[in-house]
Amino acid sequence: MPLTALDLTLLIPLLSALIFALIGHWRHTGWLNCLFTALTWLASLQLALQILNQGPQLAHDRLFYIDAFNVYLIVLTTFIGMTTAIFSRPYMAHELTTGRVNPKRMRIYHTMYQAFLFSMLLALTTNNLGLLWVAMEAATLATVLLVSLYRTPESIEAAWKYFILCGVGIAQALFGTVLLYFAAEQVIPQHENALLWSVLHAHAHQLEDTVMSIAFVFILVGYGTKVGLVPLHNWLPDAHSEGPTPMSAVLSGLLLNVGLYALVRIKVLVDGALDHNLAGYLMMGFGLLSFSVASFFLHRQKDIKRLFSYSSIEHMGLMTLAFGLGHPLATFGALLHMTVHSLTKSAIFITVGHAAQIAGTQSIDKIRGLIHTQPPVGWGLLIGTVAIAGFPPFGIFMSEFLLITALMKTGPWLTLPLLLGLGIAFAGLFKHVQPMVYGEAPPGQHPVPANMLPVLVQLGLVLWLGLSIPLFLNNWFDEATLLITGTSVWSVL
Amino acid sequence: MILNNLTHYEQAILVLSALVLFTSFALLSQPRLLNLINTFAWQGTLLALTAALVAFTSHQPHLYISALLTLILKAWLIPWMLRHQVLKLKLHHETETLTNGTLILLGGIALVIFCYHVTLPLERLSTLATRNIIAISLANVLLSLLLIISHRQAVSQVVGFMAMENGLFFAALVSTHGMPMIVELGIAFDILVASVLFGVFFLHIRENIDTLNVDHMNRLSENEPTVRN
Amino acid sequence: MDHNLNSWLLAAIQTLLFVAIAPLLTGWIKANKCWLQNRSAPPLRQPYRDLHKLFHKEAVIAGQASWIFRVTPYIILGTTVLAAGILPLIATDLPTASIADVIVLVGFLALTRFFTALAALDIGTAFGGMGASREMTLASLTEPAMLMAVFTLAMTASTTNLSTAIDFILSQGFVLRPSFIFAILGLMMIAIAETGRIPIDNPSTHLELTMVHEAMILEYSGRHLALIEWAGQIKLMIYGVLIANLFIPWGIATTSHPTALFWGTISILIKLFILGTFLALSETLLAKLRLFKAPDYLSFALLLSLLGMLSHVILEVGPLTK
Repeated sequence: MPLTALDLTLLIPLLSALIFALIGHWRHTGWLNCLFTALTWLASLQLALQILNQGPQLAHDRLFYIDAFNVYLIVLTTFIGMTTAIFSRPYMAHELTTGRVNPKRMRIYHTMYQAFLFSMLLALTTNNLGLLWVAMEAATLATVLLVSLYRTPESIEAAWKYFILCGVGIAQALFGTVLLYFAAEQVIPQHENALLWSVLHAHAHQLEDTVMSIAFVFILVGYGTKVGLVPLHNWLPDAHSEGPTPMSAVLSGLLLNVGLYALVRIKVLVDGALDHNLAGYLMMGFGLLSFSVASFFLHRQKDIKRLFSYSSIEHMGLMTLAFGLGHPLATFGALLHMTVHSLTKSAIFITVGHAAQIAGTQSIDKIRGLIHTQPPVGWGLLIGTVAIAGFPPFGIFMSEFLLITALMKTGPWLTLPLLLGLGIAFAGLFKHVQPMVYGEAPPGQHPVPANMLPVLVQLGLVLWLGLSIPLFLNNWFDEATLLITGTSVWSVL
Repeated sequence: MILNNLTHYEQAILVLSALVLFTSFALLSQPRLLNLINTFAWQGTLLALTAALVAFTSHQPHLYISALLTLILKAWLIPWMLRHQVLKLKLHHETETLTNGTLILLGGIALVIFCYHVTLPLERLSTLATRNIIAISLANVLLSLLLIISHRQAVSQVVGFMAMENGLFFAALVSTHGMPMIVELGIAFDILVASVLFGVFFLHIRENIDTLNVDHMNRLSENEPTVRN
Repeated sequence: MDHNLNSWLLAAIQTLLFVAIAPLLTGWIKANKCWLQNRSAPPLRQPYRDLHKLFHKEAVIAGQASWIFRVTPYIILGTTVLAAGILPLIATDLPTASIADVIVLVGFLALTRFFTALAALDIGTAFGGMGASREMTLASLTEPAMLMAVFTLAMTASTTNLSTAIDFILSQGFVLRPSFIFAILGLMMIAIAETGRIPIDNPSTHLELTMVHEAMILEYSGRHLALIEWAGQIKLMIYGVLIANLFIPWGIATTSHPTALFWGTISILIKLFILGTFLALSETLLAKLRLFKAPDYLSFALLLSLLGMLSHVILEVGPLTK
C-alpha cells in the first residue's frame, strides 16, 4: 500500500521521535530535527494540495478527516514546527554549552519535541472525537518533561502544575466526550461510528439537546483549560516561562490553537443539536473574561516570557469570543487570527529566547538595549510586538478589524470593552517592550548566535496576510466559516 | 427503575458501583499514603469486576478486554508502581494532616447530590440497566477532583488523578457500555505513560524541592518576580 | 388485623423473652471475647449472677441526690423495656406492631439518655458532669446518623413502621440493595457507639480519662445499678435485633402459628449469636479511640448512612422514566 501524504505527515514525526529516543544525543541531532520537521512540512503541503484539488477527504476507514478547517492548521503546525526547530538548533546548542541542559536531556528534548508534533497533528487530523481526546492528553504528556527540562525548582513546579491542572481539566473533556457518545448512540445505529465527527455532523440535528448541552459544558472546561481560558489558565504563564523557549513558541503558537480547534469542532455539533446559542454564549463569556483579565495582567509582569504568555491568553480569549459570536465575519476573522497569531507569537518567542540569552535573564528589568547589542533581535522584538498589538498593516489588525466589524453588527455594546481591552493590552506590552529594545545596554552585553530567518519569514507572512489573503486560503477560510456558522462570509458582506 | 425487575447480576452491578463510590469517599479521608494506594487498588478491582459483570449481563464481549485492562493497570500495575515509589522515597511513615475532614466529606455528599441532578436528563434518556449509575460515575470524577484539591502530597494528587480516570472509565462503562476499542486502548496508553511520568516527577521533585508536599511549591506566583540567571 | 387476647399474650411473652435473653447476649459476647483473647471465659450465666448479686446489695445514695436520681433507674429500665416491647423479635403480626415505629423507638432511647444525663448531673460530681457532656456530644452525632440509616430502609419500604417494613422486605424475596449495605454498616457503627463498646467506650474499664457511659453511672450502686446495667444489656440487644430483623429478616414469624413462632425464636437466637461473635471479634481487633477521635468515627457512620440514603435515591429509584 503506497503511503499517502497524510500517512507521511503523521508517520514522520512519530518515527523521528522513536529515532531520537533510540540514538540519543549526537552532534547533529539539531540538524536532523530540522530535516525531519522540514520533511513533515513538505508532506503536509502535499496533503494541502490534495485537499485544494479534491476537497475534503476521509481516510483509513474514516479514522481521519481533512477539510478546509483543519488543513490550514495542519500546514501551520508543521510550518511552525519547522521554523522553531531551525531556531532551536543554535538555541539549544547554546543552552548545552552554558550547562543548563546535558546530552541526556537533549535526547528527551528532541524525542518529546517530535512526539508533541505528532500528537498535535493526530489531534488535528483525526475524525474520531475519542482519539482527539487521546491525542490532546498525549500532547500534555509530551510537553511536561519539556517544561521541566531545566530541572530547576521553578521549572519542576511549573511542570507539576501544568501536569495536574491540564490532566484534571482534560479529564472533564473526556467526560463530555462520553456524554457525546451517549447522545450519538441513541441516533446512530452503528455504535463504532458514533464518535466519528463526520458521522456526528450529519446527524447533529437529531442529537438530544440537554445531553449535548451538558456535554458541551464539560468539554468547554476540559479543552478550555488547554486553550488557557481564564479562570483555567494558571498553568499557562508558568509553563511558558519555565520551559525552554522553543517549547514556549510551540505551546503558544500551536497547542493553544489545537485546543481551540477541538472546542470549535464540538461547538459545530452542539450548535446543530441545540436550537439556542448556549455554546456560543458560554464561549463568548469565557472569551471576554480571558481577554480582559489577561490585558490587565500584562501590566504587572516582571518576566518577559510570562508577559507574552499573558498576551497569548488575551488573544486566545479574543478568538474564543469571536467563535462564540457565531457571526460569519467574526468566524472568518478568528480563523485568520489563529494563523497570524501563531506566526507572530512563535516569532516573538524566538526573539525573546535570544533576548533572554543576550541578557542572561528573563527578568524584564534586566533586559535592556537589545537594539544596540544585537539589532536583529531588537528589531524582531519590536516589530513582533507591533504586530501582536494589532497595528496595521499586519494580519492581526486585519482579523481584529473583522471581529470588531462583526461585533458592531451583532452586539455593539461589546465593542467598547473590546476596544478598551485592546488599548490596555497595547499599553501593557509597550510599557515593557520599549525599554527592553531602546534602553541603555548594560556593559559587557554580547550578541549570541541567532538565526533570525524564521522570525523574518513569519513576520513577513503576517505582513502579507495583513495586506492580502491569497485566494486559496480565502476559500478555505470561507469553507470553514460555512461549516462553523452555516453561512458563507460573502453573504454578509 | 424497580429493583426486583433486575436480575441478581444486575443488582450486583449496582452494589459494586455503590462500593466504588464508597472507595472514592474512603480515598478522600485517607491520610496515610500506603492505605490510600491500597484503597485505590481496591477501587480498580471493583471497577474491573463491574466491567466484567456488565460484559456478562449485556453480552458485550469487548468489555471483558476493558475489564482485564483495568485489572492489570488500575488494580495491579499503577498501585504497584506508586507503592514502590513511596517506599523508595521513604514516604510511608508520613501522614497528611487533612484539615476539615468532616467538612470535606459533607462537601463530597453535596457533590454526589449535584451529580445526580446534572445527570438526570441522561438517565431519563437511557434504556440500559446501568443508567442509574451514571450519576455515581460523575460523582467519582468530581470526588477525585476534591481529593486533589484537599490533599497536599504529590503522591495523593496522583492517586486522585488516577481515580479520576477510573471515574471516567466507569462513566463510559455504564452510560454506553464502553467507548470504541481504539479509544479505550488510547486512553489506557495515555494513563500508562502518565503513570511513568509521574514516577519520574516524584524523583525530580524530591531532588529539587526536597519534599513532596505541594504546599512547598510556591515559587511561581503573580506577585513574585522569577529572576534567574 | 384483629387482635385477640392470645396475640396480646404473645406480645407480652415476646417482651419477657427479650428482657430475659438480654443478659445472655452480653454473656455470650464476653465469653467470645475471652476465647478470642485466649483467656478462660466466665460462664454464660455470669451476667445473671452479677445482676442477682447487685439486686441483693444495699443501694447507697448520695446525700445531695434529689428524687431524679432515685427515679432515673426505673425510668431507664421502663423505657428500655417498652422499646424492647415494640420491636418485632420473633413475630411481626402482633398488636404492638401498630406502635412499632422507628421514631418511637428513637424517642424511647433518647428519653433514656436524657434521664441518664440528668441523673449524672444531679449529684454534682465532676465525673457525672463530664460523662453527661461527653454523652450528649456523641449523641448529637449518633442520633441523626441512626435516623438516616433507618430512614434508608423506611424509604425502601415506604413506611417507618418496623413490622410493615419487615413484611415488605420479606415479600420482595432476595434482592441485592446497595443502600442496605451502607445502612447496615452505618447502623452497626452507631450501635457500637451507642452501647458504649470499643472503640468509642470500654464497658469494662473505669479509666477516668476515657469513660463516657460509666462516668455517668459511677454514683449508682445496688439495685439501682442492677437496673441500669440490665437496661444497658437490653439496649445492646435492641440494636442487635434491629440490625438482624430489619436487614436479614428471614426466619421471623409472619403468622401466629406455633411452628412459625418456634422457627422465629430459633432464627433470631442464631442471628443474635452470630452478631455477638462479630462484635466480640471487632472488639478484639480494634483499639479504643481517643475521645477526640470519636467525632471522626461518628461522622464516618453518618457518612455511611448518608451514602445509604443517596444510593437508594440514585441507584435504586433513579429518575422517573418518561
